[in-house]
Amino acid sequence: MANKLRIATTSLAGCFGCHMSFLDIDERIIALADLVEFDRSPLTDIEHASHCDIGLIEGGVCNSENVHVLREFRKNCKILVAVGACAINGGLPAMRNFIPLEECLNEAYLYGIGVENPQIPSDIELPLLLDQVRPQHEVVKIDYFLPGCPPSADVFWTFLTDLLEGRQPVLEYGLVHFD
Amino acid sequence: MSNTLTIDGNTIPFTDGQTIMQAATAAGVYIPHLCHHPEFTPHGSCKLCTVKVNGRICSACTFPAMAGQNVLSNTQELTADRKKITQMLFVEGNHFCPSCEKTGNCQLQAVAYHLNMLDDHYPLFYPQRAVDASHPEVLIDHNRCIFCTLCVRASQQTDGKNVFAISGRGINKHLIVNADSGLLKDTDLAASDRAAHICPTGAILIKHTAYQVPIGQRLYDHQQIDQVSLAQEQTPHGE
Repeated sequence: MANKLRIATTSLAGCFGCHMSFLDIDERIIALADLVEFDRSPLTDIEHASHCDIGLIEGGVCNSENVHVLREFRKNCKILVAVGACAINGGLPAMRNFIPLEECLNEAYLYGIGVENPQIPSDIELPLLLDQVRPQHEVVKIDYFLPGCPPSADVFWTFLTDLLEGRQPVLEYGLVHFD
Repeated sequence: MSNTLTIDGNTIPFTDGQTIMQAATAAGVYIPHLCHHPEFTPHGSCKLCTVKVNGRICSACTFPAMAGQNVLSNTQELTADRKKITQMLFVEGNHFCPSCEKTGNCQLQAVAYHLNMLDDHYPLFYPQRAVDASHPEVLIDHNRCIFCTLCVRASQQTDGKNVFAISGRGINKHLIVNADSGLLKDTDLAASDRAAHICPTGAILIKHTAYQVPIGQRLYDHQQIDQVSLAQEQTPHGE
């Protein structure tokens, strides 16, 4: 089929729980595979997004790499979707926002229980942490939001089938959860 | 002139002294609200019950019902305004629903669900707020306080105490307790007090009671707040 929609997915400061929930659409993924093809995604191992119709991104923005990836998705995706609680308000990773970054690093890498060879990681390959975890909509324009921790498989299915069939996506009451 | 007004074109009776909110609730018309509770003096602070009365914006919980009023409530414009108000309540505090034991039973969350609020829209404040776990039976998590003053009013008006108050203005506004130490354990609050049970969010919680009902089976998981609210608050006229 020549006109398959291209979907890219990624996780920023997330736990991949949203991706797991997406896979919970179970056998419906076969019907979906007839209609879409996957670009950059943990499901494909493609490293950079090319031009896509839909980008699904879970997780908040916690470091410089997250910012680059989010901007790459915005540049390449016609429709960008913030997926899950962390994407929408920073979620659990954002609970570090109330502790100075230096204290977080000291606790994790210098003074925490059981730390051996204490040192703050400083390899040039490592992306720099932002001082706070921020939601995606503060960094780029987001077109749709799928709330939930994670959004249920039915949320993904309803949203994608609405889009694929040319309808404005609507999440009815039972599909809207923040937990 | 008879004691009736219209809400969204429907004629609603009222009795003298009622607010628009009281008349609406008695007639089975839900107007979204968080700081209003029929047991306590109206406060008019959350602004979710914003309605248009003869073309002017008013708070339904404080505005007196009057004969012939033309009230608009369930309109696209007002629903959009209420969604924005709810989003502002979310970004002003720290509302991490997945880690809050009140999730599914929270009125702030339920109003957001009811308004089909899918995101926070505004930049988040992430304000620095404390948790007061000093009391053996009651916990205050200031991160989730929306300053509705229901605990303040319940303590004064039902419990005959004066445990809570709101201090400061604007972004510095915060809930305080009546003790020199500033700690809840040094107040005369009891876990059986109405004030300990009235919080619409997860800001005041009874300890040792969390997660008895699993997430997914809670009050607002399957029931919308308009039905829950009317079932709890609707009493026939004159009672």
